Amino acid sequence: MPEYTLPLPQPTILHQPMWDAFKQHRLVVQRCRACDMMFIFAREHCPRCWASDLEWYEVSGRGRLYTYTTVRQPMHPAFNELVPYVYAIVQLDEGPRLPSNLVNVPIEDVQVDMPLRVVWDDVTSEFTLPKFEPDPDGLPRRMPHQTGATRVHASGVPAYTPAPA
Amino acid sequence: MDKSLRGKGAIIGIGELRPMRRRPDRTGIGLAAEVAIEAIADAGLLKEDVDGLITELALGEPAALAEYLGIRPRWAHGVNMFGATAAIMVPLATMAVSTGMANNVVCVINTPAGDVLPGMGAPNTYQANYEFPYGPGVAQNSNYAMIAQRHMFEFGTTQEQLAKIAVDQRFNAQANPLAAFYGTPLTVDDVMNSRMVSDPLKLLECVMPTTGAAAMVITSADRAKAGPHPPVYLLGAGVSIEHGIPPAHAIKMVDTPVKFSARQAFQNAQLSPRDMDMLSLYDCYTITVAVSLEDAGFCKKGEVGDFASSMDFTYKGNLPLNTHGGQLSFGQSGLAGGFSHVIESARQMMGRAGDRQVEKLDFCFVNG
Ligand SMILES: [Zn+2]
Repeated sequence: MPEYTLPLPQPTILHQPMWDAFKQHRLVVQRCRACDMMFIFAREHCPRCWASDLEWYEVSGRGRLYTYTTVRQPMHPAFNELVPYVYAIVQLDEGPRLPSNLVNVPIEDVQVDMPLRVVWDDVTSEFTLPKFEPDPDGLPRRMPHQTGATRVHASGVPAYTPAPA
Repeated sequence: MDKSLRGKGAIIGIGELRPMRRRPDRTGIGLAAEVAIEAIADAGLLKEDVDGLITELALGEPAALAEYLGIRPRWAHGVNMFGATAAIMVPLATMAVSTGMANNVVCVINTPAGDVLPGMGAPNTYQANYEFPYGPGVAQNSNYAMIAQRHMFEFGTTQEQLAKIAVDQRFNAQANPLAAFYGTPLTVDDVMNSRMVSDPLKLLECVMPTTGAAAMVITSADRAKAGPHPPVYLLGAGVSIEHGIPPAHAIKMVDTPVKFSARQAFQNAQLSPRDMDMLSLYDCYTITVAVSLEDAGFCKKGEVGDFASSMDFTYKGNLPLNTHGGQLSFGQSGLAGGFSHVIESARQMMGRAGDRQVEKLDFCFVNG
């Protein structure tokens, strides 16, 4: 395996269980046992009810492309030789959104709201990155501004439910 | 007792440097001192009159600047609210002067004097575990590009409509000799033909990093009329934080916290968007202006594309917007970039904007 030169994750005690699960090709998010809230941004407390009874919960690995950009000028110079590539935010069917890359799809075929499924990139013996590819079994994409159905979440699932006022 | 800040403080002096790519002959704190001295003189005050100091936190902490200037403030504060830092200094200083914590507060933001090309800082734990392994673009390019992409998907907004914002702002900059792009007009075709930096954002829709500094003096209402210029009163302010910098977790990525902060500012001021004669909206990218226009209530959510096409945002137009050129044409000197909107608003309200003076001007809306 050639040496991997791109930036690797830097897990804290909070993130280590997530990377351990990814290494086993299990896509996990944090879930609050008290109120069922699911989120990606690892915490010690639930942002909705402030409970600290959290678990790493395995999700389906299916979602939709919430939005994306084609990177032509990367933040980290190690990515320079890979440009252009797609940096994306994926909305999981369970709700949370996460940044990732799209693979196995030509850039010109990438479209917001396309159905996606996770694929695993074992970049080193330590780390496996979840990436996403088109999901042939997913529901076809919708175009809100052409149907008048604006302000609809791609998957119909709210990504983040704030605390009641 | 009236607890609102309405009319209780005013900007009475301003100081600003022309943004430049770098100032190898200068130091960052020297730039800060230069604009502070300029603003204090502009307010008709003496060194001894300044008893309050607010600086940006990371680069120019208040103690260092007070020591450098030889002043001994009895009230001081360091702030870092990213692009909103300068705008937030206005209510913060007004709180100080309206409660007697200080009489005259000087607010200062500077950049380092050397190279300010966007580099890669050490990632925080969020970036290190969720973003950097997937190769985001330089600066905030990816985040704002993805907001634009989503806005186009939800509402059919076009690149030409967003480009129009940059073009009108560049027109304004042609009447501002301090602007980095003074002397360089721009057309929609120029924007559309500029290099794609992060789809769908083109180069000319993104700010250019510069070095610079800006300062203002804020005093209490009872002192404000003594200065040489018409005082610019704060009528209302609002601050809102909805989520951290990573936009992936916004409830809707096309929405901004401006919808809350603007509502509070208008409520405090007892005014509405229709009452505003000019706007100064934070503009790191064209899409930033677009979503701020929607969320502040100048047009409906999703309709900013048509709105931008139909409005004239020049200083001669029906809705003057970023009359100094905005950061897009003025230059973005770090957190002083967001100060340019505050300074221009004060300059216009004082009637000192020269060739680009907005004629009918009673009320101005500023967003950071
Ligand atoms: Zn909870």
